[in-house]
Amino acid sequence: MSKIIVVTSGKGGVGKTTSTAAIGAGLAMRGKSTCVIDFDVGLRNLDMIMGCERRVVFDFINVIQGEARLNQALIKDRRLENLSILPASQTRDKDALTKEGVEKVLNELREQFDYIVCDSPAGIERGAQLAMHFADEAIVVTNPEVSSVRDSDRVLGLLSSKTHRAETGQDPIKPHLLLTRYDTARVAKGEMMPLEDVLEILAIPLLGIVPESPAVLRASNVGTPVVLEGKSPAASAYEDAVSRLMGEQIEMRVQRPERPGLLSRLMRREA
Amino acid sequence: MLGFFRRTPRPDTSAGAARDRLQILLAHERSGRTSPEVLPLIQRDILEVIKKHMRISDDSVDITVEPGDDFSTLEINIELPGTSGARRGIPN
Ligand SMILES: Nc1ncnc2c1ncn2[C@@H]1O[C@H](COP(=O)(O)OP(=O)(O)O)[C@@H](O)[C@H]1O
Ligand SMILES: [Mg+2]
Repeated sequence: MSKIIVVTSGKGGVGKTTSTAAIGAGLAMRGKSTCVIDFDVGLRNLDMIMGCERRVVFDFINVIQGEARLNQALIKDRRLENLSILPASQTRDKDALTKEGVEKVLNELREQFDYIVCDSPAGIERGAQLAMHFADEAIVVTNPEVSSVRDSDRVLGLLSSKTHRAETGQDPIKPHLLLTRYDTARVAKGEMMPLEDVLEILAIPLLGIVPESPAVLRASNVGTPVVLEGKSPAASAYEDAVSRLMGEQIEMRVQRPERPGLLSRLMRREA
Repeated sequence: MLGFFRRTPRPDTSAGAARDRLQILLAHERSGRTSPEVLPLIQRDILEVIKKHMRISDDSVDITVEPGDDFSTLEINIELPGTSGARRGIPN
């Protein structure tokens, strides 16, 4: 059975696209055939984060409007053979994305892929609602920051009322909290809300905690999902999140951010 | 703005790679503002023509515009199975 997972948040800039790329690649690394889809019509970015921006020929809208077949628009990742990308249109109008069109493409994708990961645009308008509409599970990307938590709460409301599962009385979309850009040093200083507070407020199961990590920018510079960019706290956090998404029970670890001199400080302490 | 595009590439750092990738992509997207979707259309047509004669995969045609001082260059890369790929530079 294939699963459609929406990566959503309401607020922009919290790490949805980063997380879609990392989790999509992580699932593919674990042997699952995976497709990541960009729903951000007019502001596509997933292609850049995945490093395939020069290989886009056709896009999601072309497929919806019958101008291209799905397999013409799917871009096969060059690093992971069971990973594909369906890019958004950069030039078309947002209204070209229709509910019927999205459903048709998703149904076709279900036949080929184990996991379909939908990168949502910011906001709670049409694009964001279409990205979540046919989802089976939702990854709610949240930063430990007041406006992000508030927007996540709003999105949780939409997931449980305005989606296909809600409207047809099926089991509700399964929500997962992915806390990103978490900075343990600032939490320790009392400058950032701790995990426990965010969990208590949103009250949904925790998928993972991704620390603030320079590896994320480095990976986006070169167009590589962070899990493929060598070892980093962010990569390990995403790998753990992928294991949990696949149903494994894994102990929750808060990855320490990489800091220069950490190793030498530890060595000194040991001595 | 133009100065930004003329600096020498520094791809050895990840930040240098980011700049190079953006140069290419944005040149491509800006050139498309007058006729928004001409590159994908050209790309599709080339793909169709080649497919009439040989089996290639749907993502094997790569097309970019490199802006120059006097003229821009349309670069088309076609990946053929079992070869290192064909390359054509067509000034426009
Ligand atoms: N864990 C992280 N550590 C550091 N920077 C991050 C992290 N996650 C995301 N970012 C940065 O935050 C910005 C927004 O991320 P992005 O994934 O594009 O968010 P969204 O898709 O929600 O708008 C980017 O510059 C990205 O590099
Ligand atoms: Mg995004």
